[in-house]
Amino acid sequence: MSVRTLTIDGVDVAIAADQTILQAARSAGIPIPTLCHLDGVSEVAACRLCLVEITGMQKLVPACVTRVAEGMEVQTQTPKLQDYRRMVVELLFSEGNHVCAICVANGNCDLQDAAIEVGMDHTRFPYQFPDRPVDISHPQFGMDHNRCILCTRCVRVCDEIEGAHVWDVAQRGANCYIVSGMNQPWGAVSACTSCGKCVDACPTGAIFRKGETTGEKERDRAKLNFLVTAREKKEWTR
Amino acid sequence: MDKIKLATVWLAGCSGCHMSFLDLDEWLIELVQWAEIVYSPVGSDRKDYPENVDVCLVEGGVANEDNKTMILNVRQRSKILISFGDCAVTANVPGMRNMLEGSEPVLRRGYSELADNTAQVPDEPGIVPRLLDQVLPVHQVVAVDIFMPGCPPSADRIKATIEPLFRGDRPQMVGRDMIKFG
Amino acid sequence: MDVSELQSMAKQERDRQKPHRILCCTAAGCLSSGAAKVKARLEEEVNIAGLTQAAEVCSVGCLRFCGHGPLVAVVPDGLLYEQVTPENALSIITALQGKATEAILTDPHHPFLTHQMPIVLENSGKINPERIEEYIAVGGYQSLHQALLEMTPADVVTEISRSGLRGRGGGGYPTGLKWATVAKMPTGQKYVVCNADEGDPGAFMDRSVLESDPHRVLEGMAIAGYAIGAHHGFIYVRAEYPLAIQHLQTAIHQAKHYGLLGSQIFDSPFDFKIDIRIGAGAFVCGEETALIHSIEGGRGTPRPRPPYPAEAGLWQCPTLINNVETFANIVPIIRQGADWYASIGTEKSKGTKVFALTGKVNHAGLIEVPMGTTVRQIVEVMGGGVPDGGTVKSVQTGGPSGGCIPAAELDTPVDYESLLKLGTMMGSGGMIVMDDQTNMVQIAQFYMDFCRSESCGKCIPCRAGTVQLHQLLSKFVNREATLADLEHLEALCHMVQNTSLCGLGISAPNPVLSTLRYFRQEYLDLIDQGQKSLHQPRVELGR
Repeated sequence: MSVRTLTIDGVDVAIAADQTILQAARSAGIPIPTLCHLDGVSEVAACRLCLVEITGMQKLVPACVTRVAEGMEVQTQTPKLQDYRRMVVELLFSEGNHVCAICVANGNCDLQDAAIEVGMDHTRFPYQFPDRPVDISHPQFGMDHNRCILCTRCVRVCDEIEGAHVWDVAQRGANCYIVSGMNQPWGAVSACTSCGKCVDACPTGAIFRKGETTGEKERDRAKLNFLVTAREKKEWTR
Repeated sequence: MDKIKLATVWLAGCSGCHMSFLDLDEWLIELVQWAEIVYSPVGSDRKDYPENVDVCLVEGGVANEDNKTMILNVRQRSKILISFGDCAVTANVPGMRNMLEGSEPVLRRGYSELADNTAQVPDEPGIVPRLLDQVLPVHQVVAVDIFMPGCPPSADRIKATIEPLFRGDRPQMVGRDMIKFG
Repeated sequence: MDVSELQSMAKQERDRQKPHRILCCTAAGCLSSGAAKVKARLEEEVNIAGLTQAAEVCSVGCLRFCGHGPLVAVVPDGLLYEQVTPENALSIITALQGKATEAILTDPHHPFLTHQMPIVLENSGKINPERIEEYIAVGGYQSLHQALLEMTPADVVTEISRSGLRGRGGGGYPTGLKWATVAKMPTGQKYVVCNADEGDPGAFMDRSVLESDPHRVLEGMAIAGYAIGAHHGFIYVRAEYPLAIQHLQTAIHQAKHYGLLGSQIFDSPFDFKIDIRIGAGAFVCGEETALIHSIEGGRGTPRPRPPYPAEAGLWQCPTLINNVETFANIVPIIRQGADWYASIGTEKSKGTKVFALTGKVNHAGLIEVPMGTTVRQIVEVMGGGVPDGGTVKSVQTGGPSGGCIPAAELDTPVDYESLLKLGTMMGSGGMIVMDDQTNMVQIAQFYMDFCRSESCGKCIPCRAGTVQLHQLLSKFVNREATLADLEHLEALCHMVQNTSLCGLGISAPNPVLSTLRYFRQEYLDLIDQGQKSLHQPRVELGR
């Protein structure tokens, strides 16, 4: 296995050549915020929170899809990056209807955590207050589009791990939303196996278990990792 | 040294933030050694917002004409304006009516469509303040100096926010303890 | 088919052509102003006058002077008629017999026409795009023959590299380098893709090329396929171009019929087929990775690069993607050589560029000029300046990804680097003239509205940032903005530019930044007036 050495925020890191900057940073305990990244599923580099600076490169690069290289000097916390990250989170809060106070994921939400991490005490962008529906047609789960940040973790986990591909994205721009099946109510999608992986994958309270109330959502992220390991390494015990 | 003139204001919110303020318990006794409560729904009988307020905690979003008049007044007469709690910072639960786009559909829904009997939209100019089309966070109407999220912000967070002000410092609004929403 | 058959076909066609050819532009521009009726009437009048042996009426592609259509040219007489109606069609026919005409004749020395250098458009307006015979009669498919039988694939790549041709889609990436990269990828399945998803408002260069001379694009693609080792090409064309699609379908069918596409072309071992994929109206599908997803049958969303399509494109295979105009340059380069091509244009931008000249300009239409021609030459000399005595305020290039050239910079030569220096870009070739009545903030708002509705929604800066930028610009237009909004606008522009995933988002703030650079006072004026006219206290952004 060939190894690359690089520095991240001045810290020397050695890691396998096929790893990403994000993996390298995490192995060294250097935090880089992410929202669309989920261990075990493919990367989409859509949330732009993990953008980092590399010495000698003008463009910011997403740490989740950029491979490490020998001698690379990575900066993860420059003032510019901090500024942009806060704006990303502010944009997310202003485009949806994220009312933490009444959300099942309050206290257990990646978006809420991201706001704390980037130091967002308010958003400078006017809230859009879009009119979005809630789908509670599924017997066990619900989908509240108001809380969705379109990270597509549910889409990928359902497609790549469960193999059901219940979810996808419809429309364009600000009108985008997650569709179930052929734009049917979730409960009418026969492909859904009710496995609940999308609930575990969802970073916010958008996909939830029915019966959960404010702050009650729990996730079993380890289950997703277990399944990936099981497939790849044939380790079927948890 | 003169005491700091402290006010608290209650706009479109549930008063939970003020309840949390009362949760400061025995620290309230310490507080009045530093500050004079010049206007507050929970700490003063005064009806008009006074001049020359040093610090004002504003709970709630701006939802009606009265709220709007009040916040403009508050801004003019206060040095440091603090958005106090999620409703002031984000419009929060009161803001959920904004998805209906306008005050008229909100009133119709609330007072006509969902009425069991005597359906009637209240209309008493001068008594019932008119709703604004949108509930706005305070900083979309006037400049805000400090943002204290939380629904409600805990008593500890309130203390950590206002205590430095009494010493002439600015609070550090960072980290989970200080800026977690909800 | 071999070369002698090709030549005899060319000769047959030349012999078949009548002494006088009355060429009616039936490309989309003239069609929309009634060219079909004009053509029918001309045919009728030729029959009535008994001139069927001496003259023929033909459909041809774009005759350039689009703003003056319907256009009719008569060759070899060298006449060009403009704004032809069915009523004065008769007099075009009687003019053939030496009578005076009532139809409006265009001055053949009009600078709009004489300053053009047709290379990409060499056949446009001369041949019937629906008849392969006419393309062959003007030397069509001989370059493909030359490439396949007289050159190695490496020779072809070298020739294109030496020509200095750069991508005409907007970025200006050296075409030869791109070809060489794909050619060097290991042998196996590779693809050639022609990007015909032209979507910039006001741009119609690629549409005109496809409508007027589809075979040259097919021939260019086949030569590219030979050079890089691909046997399958796709043309991704937008559904809004039905005539272009129809002409492409006809052209592919005819080329296959004569063995100029398909297996063992010119009896060589080279096979090449071309399929058409029709877009569903998303601007972002002009972005190459989104285009690839769309051809694969997926949702048209971009993905981060690297890997570039040259390495992992269609179905993860090495893929060469060039735009229509780039492919349209290949045939003349092979035919006349890289040295000839490299002698045209500037040091770093070789050849010609086709522009769609529109907006507040006397003569709108399609122009092809050598790189390095000044903007003033194009707008004021060829385009005849602003109508009704107005003055040029700015010229917009590069569509929603580009920016404005202010009147003071009109002497800038048109080449990739000079335009970038001005904060705009070559883009695909839309050139919109704006007069002194134009509100530049409104222009920025218009483009932001476009980007907002065309964002694919994948990455947050583009999806939500363009919405907020549009709202901020609307505040200016409605005179509700404050100085804080101006700061905010600039900060958000830089954020969207630096953090978006694909070119659409990265370049979406360009029209704003460009108008701020040259017309900042207009933004400030809107603030001032706003503060005076508003009775209500200002809405302030938080500190």
